Amino acid sequence: MIISIASGKGGTGKTTVAANLALSLQDSGLVEDFNLLDCDVEEPNLHLFLDPGVVTETEITTFVPVVDQEKCTGCRKCVDICRFAALTFVRDKVLVFPALCHSCGGCQLVCEFGAIGDDSRSLGVVESGVVNGHAIHSGRIRIGEAMSPPLIKAVRRHEKEAELTIIDAPPGTSCPVIAAMRGADFVLLVTEPTPFGLHDLQLAVEAVKVLGIPAGLVINRADLGDSRVQEYAEREGLEILMQIPFERRFAEAYSRGQSIVDVSPEWREKFQRLYVRIAGIVEAKAS
Amino acid sequence: MKVAITSQGPELRSQTDPRFGRAAWVIIIDPATKEFEAVDNSVNVNAFKGAGIQAATLIADKGADVLMTGHCGPNAFNTLNAAGVKVVNGITGTVEETLEKFIAGGAEYASDANVEGHAGQNR
Repeated sequence: MIISIASGKGGTGKTTVAANLALSLQDSGLVEDFNLLDCDVEEPNLHLFLDPGVVTETEITTFVPVVDQEKCTGCRKCVDICRFAALTFVRDKVLVFPALCHSCGGCQLVCEFGAIGDDSRSLGVVESGVVNGHAIHSGRIRIGEAMSPPLIKAVRRHEKEAELTIIDAPPGTSCPVIAAMRGADFVLLVTEPTPFGLHDLQLAVEAVKVLGIPAGLVINRADLGDSRVQEYAEREGLEILMQIPFERRFAEAYSRGQSIVDVSPEWREKFQRLYVRIAGIVEAKAS
Repeated sequence: MKVAITSQGPELRSQTDPRFGRAAWVIIIDPATKEFEAVDNSVNVNAFKGAGIQAATLIADKGADVLMTGHCGPNAFNTLNAAGVKVVNGITGTVEETLEKFIAGGAEYASDANVEGHAGQNR
């Protein structure tokens, strides 16, 4: 089973929920084998709460074209098919701008003369380690790189390696988030009861609907703000699976890189119940 | 010889456009005869990405030897450089005034891009 933890708005507590869920499932008897994927590749931070110590780095690259000027006849087909202007033709020569390439391979397909070869551009690394006997894989995008979905997909290649995979998704509702949610069995949305929290939650819910994935809600800092998030969830039929209060000791623990269950062990059971409810929803949908 | 000047309109008395890739028009002029062609750059104005590269290619295809514009980014500059087009940055006023300055020899060629790139840089 794959649970993707997403939010719409940033800073609502995706990583907090991911870390607490993992710590609560540890030795719980509920799930034998799980792993964690930090797909927030622009600012991975799950390792701050679940520190694997030593990690192995795997560089992830993507295709970019390289032109064999000897074979090139100057037909410009590669230039015409590229909608990102990664190739242009001046003075009888094709120029390549690798940073603009989206790796579709269209230039290679249309070249009848085999003049377009394979080169690569680094997207970043996947850092793999182990925390309490469970694998954690974090994507870390190369500084300056604009294209994160292929790196997110590389992180997600590890999801077949365990019975349960917990994905810490990036915020927002654009391509990187879709890359971190598509194919998941459940999307756990985390929000806060503020106008921004509500606004971005609505966008995230619409995205999840398009993907056709069952979803549920965690409201963090639930006793702040007003009740509009709760009212929205009710109207949408979005089940509120957990409400985490705004407590100073939770914030203090967070600032030290600790989790809620570290300072408040009774929350372990609440997170276990959260998992059991999610597993029930996923099972009900499958049958 | 041909000089390309980025412009907000299709005439010699139009104001120059400080943008290069997304300039509304490019006026291609022969300084000797003052004959000119106004090239509509609206395709590149709305380009998703790589407007500078496309505009640079357009100018090279039109056979321009010199480009006079406000700001030229690194990808556009590299394309122009490969095409052998010299770049004059920081122009102001009308197309006509800019051309007069060029004819009077008041043009200084750039050796590098004079603005930072957007997303299409570095690897």
